[in-house]
Amino acid sequence: MARLETKESAPPSLSPEGIASHGLTEEEYRKIVELLGREPNFTELGVFSVMWSEHCSYKSSKNLLKLLPTEGPAVLQGPGENAGVVDIGDGQAAVFKIESHNHPSFIEPYQGAATGVGGILRDIFTMGARPIASLNSLRFGSFDHPRTRYLLNGVVAGIGGYGNCVGVPTVGGEVFFDECYNANILVNAFTLGIAKKERLFPGKATGEGNSLIYVGAKTGRDGIHGATMASESFSQRKETRRPTVQVGDPFTEKLLLEACLELMEQDYLIGVQDMGAAGLTSSSAEMAGRGGTGVELDLSLVPLREKGMTPYEILLSESQERMLLVVKKGSEEAAKRIFERWDLDAVVVGKVTPDRLFRASFNGEEVVRIPIAALTAEAPVYHRPAERPQSQDEIQKLELSQVEVPKDLGATLKNLLDSPNIASKRWVYRQYDQFVRSNTVVAPGADAAVIRIKGTDKGLALTVDGNGRYCYLDPYVGGILAVAEAARNLACVGAHPLGLTDCLNFGGPENPAVMWQFSEVIRGMRDSCTALAVPVVSGNVSFYNETDGVPIYPTPVVGMVGLLPKVERHVTPWFKSSGDLVVLLGRNREELGGSEYLKLAHGLVRGTPPWIDLRLERAVQQCCLKAIERGMIRSAHDISEGGLAVALVECCVGGSEKSLGVKIDLPETMRQDARLFGESQSRIIVSIKENDLSRLETIAEKEGVPVQVLGEVGGSRFIIQPLIQLAVDELKSVWSDGLERRLQ
Amino acid sequence: MRWGVVVFPGSCDDQDVYDCLTQVLRQKVEFLWHKDRLKEKLDCIVLPGGFSYGDYLRAGAVARFSPIMEGIVEFAREGGLVLGICNGFQILCESGLLPGVLTRNTQLQFVCRPVYLRLEETDTPFTCAGKKNQLLRLPVKHGEGCYYADPVTLERLQKNRQILFRYVDSKGKTSAAANPNGSVDHIAGVCNEGRNVMGLMPHPEDASEKILGSEDGLKIFSSIVEACEKTEKRAWLG
Repeated sequence: MARLETKESAPPSLSPEGIASHGLTEEEYRKIVELLGREPNFTELGVFSVMWSEHCSYKSSKNLLKLLPTEGPAVLQGPGENAGVVDIGDGQAAVFKIESHNHPSFIEPYQGAATGVGGILRDIFTMGARPIASLNSLRFGSFDHPRTRYLLNGVVAGIGGYGNCVGVPTVGGEVFFDECYNANILVNAFTLGIAKKERLFPGKATGEGNSLIYVGAKTGRDGIHGATMASESFSQRKETRRPTVQVGDPFTEKLLLEACLELMEQDYLIGVQDMGAAGLTSSSAEMAGRGGTGVELDLSLVPLREKGMTPYEILLSESQERMLLVVKKGSEEAAKRIFERWDLDAVVVGKVTPDRLFRASFNGEEVVRIPIAALTAEAPVYHRPAERPQSQDEIQKLELSQVEVPKDLGATLKNLLDSPNIASKRWVYRQYDQFVRSNTVVAPGADAAVIRIKGTDKGLALTVDGNGRYCYLDPYVGGILAVAEAARNLACVGAHPLGLTDCLNFGGPENPAVMWQFSEVIRGMRDSCTALAVPVVSGNVSFYNETDGVPIYPTPVVGMVGLLPKVERHVTPWFKSSGDLVVLLGRNREELGGSEYLKLAHGLVRGTPPWIDLRLERAVQQCCLKAIERGMIRSAHDISEGGLAVALVECCVGGSEKSLGVKIDLPETMRQDARLFGESQSRIIVSIKENDLSRLETIAEKEGVPVQVLGEVGGSRFIIQPLIQLAVDELKSVWSDGLERRLQ
Repeated sequence: MRWGVVVFPGSCDDQDVYDCLTQVLRQKVEFLWHKDRLKEKLDCIVLPGGFSYGDYLRAGAVARFSPIMEGIVEFAREGGLVLGICNGFQILCESGLLPGVLTRNTQLQFVCRPVYLRLEETDTPFTCAGKKNQLLRLPVKHGEGCYYADPVTLERLQKNRQILFRYVDSKGKTSAAANPNGSVDHIAGVCNEGRNVMGLMPHPEDASEKILGSEDGLKIFSSIVEACEKTEKRAWLG
């Protein structure tokens, strides 16, 4: 049995190896000694190691994240809380955030993904919001990689298994396959909740003598040092990290959710925080940090799942489905009764103190005594060296004259539609409950999901987007495009963006090339957010996505939320009736760098990502939104991976039942493959009634948007004159079955 | 009429049913807490979808032992109307109020998608507002929705016209592709012999408003309202 460590009996693990095994550098250890005025004991070392981990402290990213614009007319809460909050009118607020669970999901895909969903749900309801919709953004290795299917199966089942059981619909997402993720998949989970504006709960511990109440599942030995694991890169030995992955219990989460929301209707609660990464330690220390107070915990009172747990283990456990509440003195029993009704443990484990210390005792003996500031405000901040690698020039070289235009462009189109990155993701989203809570207006498969807000005419549109390949080729432009495309997705359904949350997935920050990618992506996102007037309200940084020194593509994922004042006016991407005109908003350019076509047909990941003019981007989005508001848009679809030809097929076959044909005339202005498959930005395909054309042209002219009539909806064939002529039903089956066929 | 919607720990669609009944159909509805005994005089009780008690064992296997279920079994025996949706259907089968069982989907995956149902019988309080062979488009969302009953039971169900809904395609024909979970004889919903208890896997409450893409689910709820409010249709209630 582990012995209680005290200052007098400094254990052997405070050797240089013991310190390093806690993920702390020698310099960091010296800083700890300086802040404490003495050596830490073993338990304290554990506390510092998780609180100063990259995952909890953002020590390498903090100074760069400051560049992102975080203010806007709708913002009620920007970054720094458990989740961001925007005003949606009528006294209501939307609370949302995205978070990564990459490493656990690679080690144990089902539980890793499931607990990722559990964690983000708690971040939302801890703010006082009822979660009403989730999204996810997934990256897997090449489809031919032996582990990909296993990981895909496990992650999708895990997300469904957890979200479905808690009763929160998964209404959208994205899935992308590329060999750069072979040994480091990405699982980013997003949740949005709705709260009353006046009833938001901060993660703050204030009011001397108020009680800290532990609620939810019991504490076990699982997940100890999960935060530290998330802050180091994988090596071949990653399998041995399996015990650091937690096991999820969605049923307990559901009870915790209902009980917390019930408590929040009463007047007992001061603050609340999920015991997520770094568990009891981070929840109590962070709440005290925000409240300018201290906390005193009696660890012998914590409900335990196993006997013989040490203070070190109790403080660092990442057992799931646990929350820490700050409850008004005198209201403890009333609060506990609510949890008893839901058959959950609720125990007073400590109190708020004025001394600004993090203190914990165990069996009457003090085992931790650390100034709160040492764990929060005074945690290290690094300005890591960043340098553009010389290899970047080589990557960006693309000699189009050496890329042959395929003879059979119809066959190329079918290959694209059949590829896992473009084919329908039906196999994935059919495993998620998309409808529970009966708000889902536009289910997965469209540019953005749309949910209605009960009791109002409003709707919210949600999307997640990111393209690692673009960021790899040019991280600055890639950062711009991630934000621009998310906003364009919202415009296509008729929603005005309110704010975004970002999940920044990168390699190790000690690598100057990675740090360069990171700072460039941030700069790009900043410029895009500013130009499109979308503030960042919450987010998450995930570094160390690399294996044996090889980082993934820099992959920022943007989750964006927009408002539809009248939800019944929403638009979907699918053509509606024969005879409608197909119109392009925006401009085709001859560019193929970073395209899915170049990768699939020529095996090339080269060149520069598509060019973007943010003024045109904004104009195209405004034009689409105005035309939707005036009721003239029958369908709208963003052109992205696979270019114009793929987007047109999706307009024809993506709807739930009937497919419609289309006849397009594409004048010879550039190379044929660029015309069909180029991924030029700021383009939206809309369909309108013929007699609305002049009204649309008037709006477009005012906004300064080029408009081009491409053709007409109708028939049973997919015709792009003079390049492609195929049966729509054939394209539909290729696109619908592309993913499923490979998984059977 | 008065409705009750049971809330088990782990019920997920309880609010959906409540909102549909109160907001769309303007009905009087109360939630029934699983730990309570059934006291109120009600006309129809709904067992909603979800994962009662986590359903880590077999779906519905624990819920049948909850205090509220005792009263519901009695209520059903006395002719009261009981509707089980998804997890509610599983609980009704586990409690013996409905014949058959619901097992793991044959494809071994959770399935969420819109399906077409063919209305097979109209002489029940759950279907009286519909027409025979009418198609309804509702979503399914479940992992254990594969209906099974032994051949003798199936024959009895057929003879007594207890099979109320079958999975079909958009043309009204049964097929393997239109059956989302491998249910025997494409069965999506059945009633008891007394015709006052019905269970179905698809979710009418999530398809009861135009903005949600289908109003077909209303057919079931408005049948119940009609049956309870028009005395000539109260035959089932004894």
